[in-house]
Amino acid sequence: MKVAVITFPGSNCDYDLYKAAQQVGGDATFMWHRERGLDGFDAVLLPGGFSYGDYLRAGAIARMSPIMEDVITFANAGGPVLGICNGFQILCESGLLPGALMHNNSLKFESKDVLLRVERADTLFTADYDAGQILRIPIAHGEGNYEADEETLEALEAEGRVVFRYVNAAGETSQDANPNGSWHNIAGITNEAGNVLGMMPHPERAMEELLGSTDGVALFTSMVGSLQTS
Amino acid sequence: MSQYRLEVRVKPRPGLLDPQGKAIHHSLNSLGWEGVSDVRVGKAIYIDMDAESADAALEAAEAMCRKLLANPVTEDFEVSMVGELEGAGS
Repeated sequence: MKVAVITFPGSNCDYDLYKAAQQVGGDATFMWHRERGLDGFDAVLLPGGFSYGDYLRAGAIARMSPIMEDVITFANAGGPVLGICNGFQILCESGLLPGALMHNNSLKFESKDVLLRVERADTLFTADYDAGQILRIPIAHGEGNYEADEETLEALEAEGRVVFRYVNAAGETSQDANPNGSWHNIAGITNEAGNVLGMMPHPERAMEELLGSTDGVALFTSMVGSLQTS
Repeated sequence: MSQYRLEVRVKPRPGLLDPQGKAIHHSLNSLGWEGVSDVRVGKAIYIDMDAESADAALEAAEAMCRKLLANPVTEDFEVSMVGELEGAGS
């Protein structure tokens, strides 16, 4: 599996993503945001960080980067695209995913482990999880509060496009378990076709027991598996 | 071709939670301005640009808002003309 990790000025999880892709047998390559061309790649990863210092809005300037035109073409052709944290924000700004990520309602930058419930285990990103499985994965963001208009939110729920939700230890979507005020505790969503996933938590930081959790591994093995069977 | 200065105001859409505004609201209340009942925080962006006319400049600024300066999901925008800049174009 040839994986492109896109690096923007201010990305800071690009090496983690590169390592995560390699750990599951992927052949990862860094692509600088001014480079062009994603032909020959099987998947595209947009890392977390603070592209362009979050100026104007998180992800708004990165979305204008030359490579994003290729990412949009790649996604529209059905290629798998995963955006994590700032990558999720960039996907929303680019229109590949609906909605927007607003300031956390806590007004704080939230950096901690959270619990996520896998809502869909039938996506190409989650096939190696079980539906309802609870994951421990870190978050680190100031703007992760998912908002969209009523119509979009209803469509997301009706079409089962919410892939991860913040939950408590009992697996319930309580307000206490919601770190940022996201509508319906949304932590990750896909596009209509299911080949673009945006999520605020960092599975690439949950790849080693030594770092506290290996719950992120299955996300990357799912991607590899889906590409091998397709 | 003249040079114009434009002001773009971007503000959170009504009904959307504005955590920044909420924090400032509480702070103003605690400083004694108890009559403050709501605070919303937006941004003002000043743009100097060359254009054929004031209308053309305004039109361009609105296009900029739709393309980059405002996020239509969460923000509304207003564009206004500050004025023509003297001695510009050199």
